[in-house]
Amino acid sequence: MAEKNSDFEPNIVAFLCNWCSYAGADLAGTSRIQYPSNVRVIRVMCSGRVNPLFVMNALQQGADGVLISGCHPGDCHYMQGNYYARRRFMLMRNFLEYLGVEPERVRMSWVSASEGAKWKEVIEEVVSGVKSVGPMNKFQRRQLNW
Amino acid sequence: MNGKPKIGVYVCHCGTNIAGVVNVEEVVQFASTLPDVVVARNYSYMCSDPGQALITDDIEKFGLNRVVVASCSPRMHEPTFRKTLLSGGLNPYFLEMANIREQCSWVHEDPIAATEKAKRIVEAAVVKARRLEALDVKEVDVEPACLIIGAGIAGIQAALDIADAGFKVYLVEKSPTVGGHMAQLDKTFPTLDCSACILTPKMVDVANHPNIELMTYSQVEEISGYIGNFEVKVRKKSRFVDMDKCTGCGACAEVCRMAGRIPNEFDEGIGMRGAIYLPFPQAVPAKYTIDKENCLFLSKGKCGESPKCKEACQAEAINFDLQDEIVEFKVGTIIVATGYDVFDARKKPEYAYGVYDNVLTALEFERLVNASGPTGGKIVMLERGKKKKKKEGEEVEPPKVPKSITFIQCVGSRDKSVGNEYCSRVCCMYTAKLAHLAKDKIPDCEVTIFYMDVRAFGKGFEEFYDRVRREGVRYIRGNPSEIFKRGDKLVVKAEDTLTATPLEHETDMVVLSVGLVPRSDNREIIDLLKLSQSSDLFYLEAHPKLRPVDTASDGIFLAGVCQGPKDIPDAVAQAKGAASAAMIPMASGKVKVEAQTSVVNEATCRGCGFCVAVCPYTAIELVEVNRNGWPVKVARVNEALCKGCGACAAACLSGSIQQRSFKDIQILPQIQALGVK
Repeated sequence: MAEKNSDFEPNIVAFLCNWCSYAGADLAGTSRIQYPSNVRVIRVMCSGRVNPLFVMNALQQGADGVLISGCHPGDCHYMQGNYYARRRFMLMRNFLEYLGVEPERVRMSWVSASEGAKWKEVIEEVVSGVKSVGPMNKFQRRQLNW
Repeated sequence: MNGKPKIGVYVCHCGTNIAGVVNVEEVVQFASTLPDVVVARNYSYMCSDPGQALITDDIEKFGLNRVVVASCSPRMHEPTFRKTLLSGGLNPYFLEMANIREQCSWVHEDPIAATEKAKRIVEAAVVKARRLEALDVKEVDVEPACLIIGAGIAGIQAALDIADAGFKVYLVEKSPTVGGHMAQLDKTFPTLDCSACILTPKMVDVANHPNIELMTYSQVEEISGYIGNFEVKVRKKSRFVDMDKCTGCGACAEVCRMAGRIPNEFDEGIGMRGAIYLPFPQAVPAKYTIDKENCLFLSKGKCGESPKCKEACQAEAINFDLQDEIVEFKVGTIIVATGYDVFDARKKPEYAYGVYDNVLTALEFERLVNASGPTGGKIVMLERGKKKKKKEGEEVEPPKVPKSITFIQCVGSRDKSVGNEYCSRVCCMYTAKLAHLAKDKIPDCEVTIFYMDVRAFGKGFEEFYDRVRREGVRYIRGNPSEIFKRGDKLVVKAEDTLTATPLEHETDMVVLSVGLVPRSDNREIIDLLKLSQSSDLFYLEAHPKLRPVDTASDGIFLAGVCQGPKDIPDAVAQAKGAASAAMIPMASGKVKVEAQTSVVNEATCRGCGFCVAVCPYTAIELVEVNRNGWPVKVARVNEALCKGCGACAAACLSGSIQQRSFKDIQILPQIQALGVK
């Protein structure tokens, strides 16, 4: 197990859909809601774009945790992308567990465009979850020169 | 023209919005060390004219072919800076934005952590920018027609404006008549205009306008497509009355066996109707409708010997075999104007609505004071649910007139206990108006209003509030805790919070000034159009300040209370705004479509069809191509249908289908940049 260090500040990569979660994170900003700075965001148009490869890649590249966030069920701007994301996530979580990756590291949430306050809660949960399992150093690989 | 990347990075101070927390100099310094970055600068407001000029000048001077702007959210200014690139002679898709305001400086107080995060965000944008490609912006024709859902005052006004401008309008209304809630009102605040007098001419206009196709008693069932080209399917529910033959004489309603036995929705259940009915005398269209749930013939198969309405109709308009009709048409734009419900007062059981006959909602009271309402405009005590059977020779006692009426404001508004934190904006003023009308009709009636605050913010509101107080209406500041009965009287228990005196106020009639809430069937439109809701559950506009009539989906606009509580002038103003917004693409006739569509590498595609299965827009199909002399199947994207969600790219096993601007090769470097500790 990774050493648990109280000073450990995890590095978390988040994939946010443009229409709900990214807008919700923007709203948190507009409302000046403060939250931990550990989460770094990649904007995709839909959570359905998130390839499991991205999650694996993030963990390999040094991220301690990954968050995928999309529109609430039924609210997907593209009708069903968030359902695809959810199904992939469920399968991926089993696979990651099999590989020995703690379930706290990879999370999924629904945050709508009006849920700035919920975004903060999600971030706090994810950060404390990843903190509880310590740094991720199982899949490290060399850096690529893209 | 992709060439070797030459990137310019521009870090915005946004006044102190960014620079107050993030050390922009340090970010610029860092950015200039990143691969392929030719120039990195910071400036106070990148979106300003001189800020944009920095970019266009550098494109010329350094031969930049990629631009990274580190400023606000791309949801805010991506269109602005795309135009900057275009004017600098670059393809607009060579822009990448780094959101260091909404998702960095505004949410983190620690300058060191925020600066560190800003650097990562900028690096991720730079490494993505290196991989950006030029995209073609395609234009499609816009169908010069607009679908308007809901024919209350907002929908009516929007329809008239668009139709007058020469575009086709399909106005779809769920109920049998146009007019919405405004048609139920007696007078309007603060001018006391008669609601019907100003509304009914507009109702007639929408019915007669050559450019408006009015579909009442109809529901939108399906909408597909995108701005400029929406395909719409509408169900016109059967009225069992031939609209062409019905003359609106009303002979059918008089003889209906159910006449006077069904609560009339339009009268908020105070007045009664039959199974065949016209909601109110000025209804448009003035055609009768059979409500099939309550019609004896349609629900039970038998109505006496034969249906009386059919015998009574000289125009032979009644036809029980009429079926629902499905109509399909194409529009370029859509305006949602579906309105609201009033708060269900039963959710505040302490006010005993539904328990005592004379606890009314304001809308019920509105029908009582309305000259075309069930009492002909007389304010009388109600005896609900009692069927008065007139015996031979028995004198019917005239209904009693209340000697005191008490209003309670903010019922279901500004009330977290029922989940409605917002102010409904109209209740203070309609209460003042109803209090005035009560005094006007029953001069010796005591009128009392319990209030939390009086919000008389609009034009002429304060003056009207003042007038009503001078007319002798008593305002007591306090939120009543309970209503109960003592003898014949209703007792309102409250505390006068200005004098800190508990009181029990006896009254004949209580009117609850109920707030406005999102329609209970809001979900239907959300499912049809994928609208978002704000935290109050009304539909969410694209931007609260600058795009108040737009939605997140291009070509779909909002008008009226469906977007949030507002009074009639505000609803009309928003409707006019939505109408003019909808006319922009229709007038120009062309609209730019999504360029970030999917693209297939046919050389590596193995034709498995996973992408075809996941595409929500059936934009992908398998086609046969010749590969080295062999016929093979590969996926092909119809770019007119692709909306750029990227579901296919995530499903593809070989990475052969990719979403432009969100390709694996563009996202993976971002992941690396953000993942590095």
